[in-house]
Amino acid sequence: MSAITVTVNGIEHRLEVEPRVLLVDMIRTRLGLTGTHIGCDTSNCGACTVLLEGEPVKSCTMLAVQADGRRLTTVEGLARGSELHPVQVGFHEEHGLQCGFCTPGMMLVAAALLERNPNPTPEQIRWAISGNLCRCTGYVNIVKAIQHAARLRADAAQPVAAGGAS
Amino acid sequence: MSVEVRPLGGIGESVKRKEDARFLRGKGNYLDDLTLPGMLHMAILRSPHAHARIRAIDTSMAQAAPGVVAVVTGELLAQHKLAWMPTLSGDTQAVLATDKVRFQGQEVACVVAETRYQAEDALQLIDVDYEVLPAITSPQQAMAEGAPLIRDDKQGQQDNHIYHWEAGDREATDRAFASAAKVVRLTTHYPRSHPAPLETCGIVADVNPATGKATLYMTSQAPHAIRTVFSLVAGLPEHQIRIIAPDIGGGFGNKVPVYPGYVVATAASLLLGRPVKWVEDRTENLISTGFARDFHMTGELALDHDNRMIGLRVSLLSDNGAFYADAQPSKFRAGLFHIVTGSYDIPAAHVTADGYYTNKAPGGVAYRCSFRVTEASFLIERLVTNAALELGIDQTELRLRNFIRPEQFPYRSATGWVYDSGDYQRAMRLAMEKLGYEDLRREQAERRARGELMGIGVASFTEVVGAGHGAEFDIMGLRMFDSAELRVHPTGKAVLKLGVKTQGQGHETTFAQIVAQELGIPAADVEVQHGDTDNTPYGLGTYASRSTPTAGAATAVVSRKLRDKARKLAAHLLEAAEEDLEWERGRFFVRGSPERAKTIQEVAFAAYTNLPEGMEPGLEGVTYYDPPNMTFPFGTYMVVADVDRGTGQVKVRRVVAVDDCGVRINPMIVEGQIQGGLCEGWGIAFTEQITFDPDGNCIGSNFTDYLLPTAWETPEFETYATVTPSPHHPLGAKGVGESATVGSPAAYVNAVIDALWPLGVTNIDMPVTPDKVWAALRARGVGE
Amino acid sequence: MFPGSFDYRAPTTLDEATTVLSERGEEAKVLAGGQSLIPLLKLRLASPALLVDIGRIPGLDRIELRDGGLTIGARVRHADLERDRRLATTFALLAETAPWVSDPLVRNLGTVGGSLCHADPAGDWGSVMLALGAELVLRSRAGERVVQASSFFVAPFEPALRPDELLTEIRIPAPRGRSAGTYLKLERKVGDFATVGVALQLEMTDGHVARCGIGLTAVAPTNREATEAGAALVGKELTDEAIAKAAQLAAAAADPRDDIRGPADYKRDVVRVFVQRGLRTLRRSLEEARS
Repeated sequence: MSAITVTVNGIEHRLEVEPRVLLVDMIRTRLGLTGTHIGCDTSNCGACTVLLEGEPVKSCTMLAVQADGRRLTTVEGLARGSELHPVQVGFHEEHGLQCGFCTPGMMLVAAALLERNPNPTPEQIRWAISGNLCRCTGYVNIVKAIQHAARLRADAAQPVAAGGAS
Repeated sequence: MSVEVRPLGGIGESVKRKEDARFLRGKGNYLDDLTLPGMLHMAILRSPHAHARIRAIDTSMAQAAPGVVAVVTGELLAQHKLAWMPTLSGDTQAVLATDKVRFQGQEVACVVAETRYQAEDALQLIDVDYEVLPAITSPQQAMAEGAPLIRDDKQGQQDNHIYHWEAGDREATDRAFASAAKVVRLTTHYPRSHPAPLETCGIVADVNPATGKATLYMTSQAPHAIRTVFSLVAGLPEHQIRIIAPDIGGGFGNKVPVYPGYVVATAASLLLGRPVKWVEDRTENLISTGFARDFHMTGELALDHDNRMIGLRVSLLSDNGAFYADAQPSKFRAGLFHIVTGSYDIPAAHVTADGYYTNKAPGGVAYRCSFRVTEASFLIERLVTNAALELGIDQTELRLRNFIRPEQFPYRSATGWVYDSGDYQRAMRLAMEKLGYEDLRREQAERRARGELMGIGVASFTEVVGAGHGAEFDIMGLRMFDSAELRVHPTGKAVLKLGVKTQGQGHETTFAQIVAQELGIPAADVEVQHGDTDNTPYGLGTYASRSTPTAGAATAVVSRKLRDKARKLAAHLLEAAEEDLEWERGRFFVRGSPERAKTIQEVAFAAYTNLPEGMEPGLEGVTYYDPPNMTFPFGTYMVVADVDRGTGQVKVRRVVAVDDCGVRINPMIVEGQIQGGLCEGWGIAFTEQITFDPDGNCIGSNFTDYLLPTAWETPEFETYATVTPSPHHPLGAKGVGESATVGSPAAYVNAVIDALWPLGVTNIDMPVTPDKVWAALRARGVGE
Repeated sequence: MFPGSFDYRAPTTLDEATTVLSERGEEAKVLAGGQSLIPLLKLRLASPALLVDIGRIPGLDRIELRDGGLTIGARVRHADLERDRRLATTFALLAETAPWVSDPLVRNLGTVGGSLCHADPAGDWGSVMLALGAELVLRSRAGERVVQASSFFVAPFEPALRPDELLTEIRIPAPRGRSAGTYLKLERKVGDFATVGVALQLEMTDGHVARCGIGLTAVAPTNREATEAGAALVGKELTDEAIAKAAQLAAAAADPRDDIRGPADYKRDVVRVFVQRGLRTLRRSLEEARS
C-alpha cells in the first residue's frame, strides 16, 4: 500500500492505495466521483478524461500513485455550485450530448482547450477532441457546443458597460 | 384564473433536453456507477481458441486465491440446468462451455471475488486443458465438404447449415431477367462490425436471499422482454424478477440480447446471497457480444431498354457465428433483408438466404439498424450506382427514373412490403441542390483531366422500421407492440411511463413533447420514466427505430384518451355540454365564449376533487399500441470524396444528407441522430471491422484495432429535411435513429467507386481501406 | 481490466533509481508516462514484479538547446515538443512529428524517452532519432554510456538497454548547413499506430546535400534507417531524379510484413511515395527560405 495525497476539485484527499490501482478506479470507487467513466481500457476513447494540473489526460492509463501530490479536476468540478461552466451550457444548448457517456471527457478537454485558446477554430476544436470518442453525436454538435462556450466566455469577459457591440 | 404563459414544448419544437442536467454534472447513473452493500465482483475466463474440445478444467488454485468467493464452471451450471440458454432466434447458446469452445472469447468459467482486481488475478490461476480443433471462419468454409461440425451438441445437426430462407417470386424474377436488356451484377461482403457503444455491457445481480426477488440492474435496451427471457431461462417466476436498466451509455443494438455473463452473475447472486457485479471490459465487449452484419451478398439487377429496373435477384450467405443468436423477429430468418428493392419500383424480385455456423462470436444484432435493413440498402444502392456507371448515365438520373412515384403509395413491393408514404424525388432534388451537384460534376471533370481522383457518391435509401404489427412481428412469440402509461397528478404535472428504453435518443424530452402536444401540459411538467420493469408497462424495447413508431404512438393515443376524459370533466366544471366544448392546446372553452374555459391543470385538479356523478376519480391511462404497419423513412445522401493516388487514402470532403422521417417531434434531436449515424456510417465504410485470422483469432478486439472514427477524420455533416407524414402513425412520425447508418455506407463507397470507375474499378468491399484502394489502382497501373 | 500486483518505487534522484535497478532491474520495468506500459499491464501482457517510476526525479523534463544541438530529457512529453516554439526552425522534424504521436491526451502523459525505450517498430520517435543521428545517454550505477540511435533498436520491443540502465537524455547534434525536416505518416485514424511513417532530415550546404537522414516506421522489425538512400544523396543536388532514386532505395530498405494495415508491397510503395513527397517538400521549403 502507498499513501498518497491528491487534490480533486479543490479538495485534498489522503488515501492508502495499492500501487496497481488505476487513477480512474480511485476516482470512481474511492472518491465516489462516478462522472469519470471507463470506456475502452486501452487509452483510446477518453471517457476517463480528467484534468491533471489543468491538462486533459486519460485516467485509465495512469496509476493513482502517479497522481500523488497533484491537482485533478473531474467533471464534478466544472460547475461552480449551481452555476454551470460555459462548456456545460454550450453542450446543453447545442445538443452536444446524447447518451452522455463521453460527455464528461469531452467537456474537460473543451474546458482545457478554451483556457489555452479562447477562440478556437472548428478545426482546432476537432483536433483537440480527437483523442476522445463519441459514438452518438457525429461530433458536429460537440464542435458547436465548444464554439458556444467560447462565445459565452468572451461575453463574460466583456464588461456589460463596454457596449453590446461584441 | 390566469393562463400559464409557459412554453409548451410541443411537437416540432427543438426543446432542449431534460436529461442533460444530470449528464452535464457527471451525475448520470450508469450501470458501473452502482455499488450495493456487500457487492461481489465477477470476471470471466474466456477461450483463447476458436474451436477446441475441453478436456479438463482445474479451478483449485483459483478457488484458493485471495478474495475469491466462488469459481463457476459450466459443469456447476449444468447441475442447475443453466449451462445452456435459448437465443432470440430459437437456437441454444452455451452459458459456460462444457463440451467444446466454439469461438475465441467464449465464456469458460467465472470467478466471483471481493474485488475485480482479485477476480482477474484468479482467472490467471484457472487451468484449462484444450484439444484444439480446426476453425471455420467463413460460411464458404462452413459449407465445404468435410468441414468440421461445429454444433455437435445439437441432435440431428449433420452440417453447419442453419437456415434457408426465401422471399419474393422466383419465377416472375426469372422471367424478368430473361427479357432484360441489361443485367448488372455485384458480389460484396458486408463485413462483420460491432455496435461498440462507449459503455460496455454489464449487470449487477441482486437476489434477495430472504424474499427470492431478483433485482437485476442491467444495460438493457429491452428490459421487459429480457425479464420474460430470464424467467424462461432460469425458471424464476416472472413477478420475482425486476429488471432495472439505468442510464445507458449507448446501445446501437449491442444491448438487446441476453449474454452469458448476465446469467452467471444472477446465478452467482442466487447461490451466494450477495449482489454480484459484472461489467465487460472492452475486449470482452468486442469479441463476445452482439456483432453485426457479416453478409456475403450477390445481387443482380435487370433493366429494360429504357433503363427501367425490371427485376432484382439476390442470394446471400450469412455468417452467424457459433450460435444462431440473431436478435430479430422470429418469422424472418434473414431479418427484414427483403426490403432490398429499396426505393425503386421493381416489379419482380427474389431473395434467397442461407445461414451458417462458424467459429466466430454469435450475435447478429442490428448495429443501428432495423434487422438487416442496412445490408439490404447497401446492396441495392451499390448495385444502382454500378448500373448507372455501366450504362453511362448519371447516378441521379437512373434513380429518378426508377423511384417509386409519390402517387403509388401505399406501394406494395415485389417482396411483400406495403410502403406507407414517400416522395423520393423531392428528397433527391433537395440533396442535389444543397450539394451543388451539377457544379461538382463539372469540378470532377476538370480534376479528372488533371489526373486527380474525385468522386461523388449517391444513395437513396428506404428503411422499414417500427416493428410490429404484432401478428407478423414477434420476438420469441412476444408481439412487437409497445406501451405508454400516463398519470396526471392533481396539480397538473404528469408522469409518463414507457415500455421502451432510451440509450441517448432523448426519450425523456421527446415523449414529454408528445404529451404536451396532445394534452397541453408543458413538456417541462411531464416526467418520463422508463427502464424499470416493476414501474413501467410491458414493452418490447428500443431498437430498430421503433420507439417513436410504437411507444410514440402509444403516448399520443393515451394522451388523447385522457383528453377525452378531461373533456367530460371540463364540461362538468363549465356546466356545458361536451359537444359544445372546443379544445385548444392546454384548455377547453365553450364554443362562442372563449372566456368560459378550463385549463388542463384545472381539469386535472377536478379529476381528484370535483367529479361528476358516477365518474371514476383520477386522470390516468395506459395504452398498448400495436401498429397497423411498419413505417418507411427514406432520404438521399450525397458524399464528395478525394482519393490519394499515391497512398490510396480517401478523404471525405462533404456529406449532404436529406432525411424524411415524417413529422419531426424534436428537430434538434432528429438531426443529432442523423449526424451520429453518418459518423458511424463513415466508420463502417472506412475503418470498423471485426476480422479473423485463419485460426479464428479475432482481430479487432480492442479500440486499437477496432477503429472508431474521431472528430478529425469525419467531416461536418450537412443535414436537411423533407417531411412526408406516415399516414398510419397517429402523429405522422416515422423512426429515424438508424436512417444514417443504413443509408450512408453505400454513399461513401459509391463516392470512391465513382472516383475510380474510369480506371476500371467496379467494387471495393468495405471497409474501404487505403491498401485496398491502392491495390485497385496498382492493378490498373495507376500510382504516383 | 486491471493490472496484476507489483511493487512500486518512486526514486527522487537518479542515483536512487540506478541503485534500485542495479538490485532488481531484471524483474523491473521503468515507468515514465506509462502510455505504453500501463495498457500492457492491464492486458496482463506484462507483469513486472516492480515498477520504478521516474516521475519524481527532477531535471529529466528539460529541453535544452546547446551549441546548436539539442538535449531532450528522458521524461520530456510528446506535448512538450509539440508546444516548444524554439524547435520550429532548426529541429522542425521534432515539432512536426509530435502532433502525429497518438492523440492529444496521450501526448500529455507519454514521453519521448519512454517511447524510445519501448522500442516498438511502429513508434514514431525511433525513426525521427535515426533521421537526426541522435545519441541516447544511458545511466547505470557503473556510470554513463552513449549509444547511437542507429544501434539502439535491436529487435522488436528490445532496445540496447541493460536491465540496470536508465535512459536519461537524448542528444541531437547540430545540423550542418541549412536544414529542414518533416515526418510523413499514414495512419487510419487519429491515435492509430503508423501503417507507414517516414522521418526525413535534410541538411544542405552550397546547394548540395550534406546529410540526409531517413528513418522508417512500421516497415521493419525495428525502426530502421534507410542509410543507402540517404548516402546516395550526399554531395548531390536535389534533383527529381536524385529524389526518385533515393525513394526507391528507401523502399528497398523497408522490410514490411503483411498485416491488417495492408500487404508488404503496399507499405513498401508508400515508403517510396512518402520519401519522394517529403524530399520535394523539403526542397521547396529550403528554396523558399532562401528566396
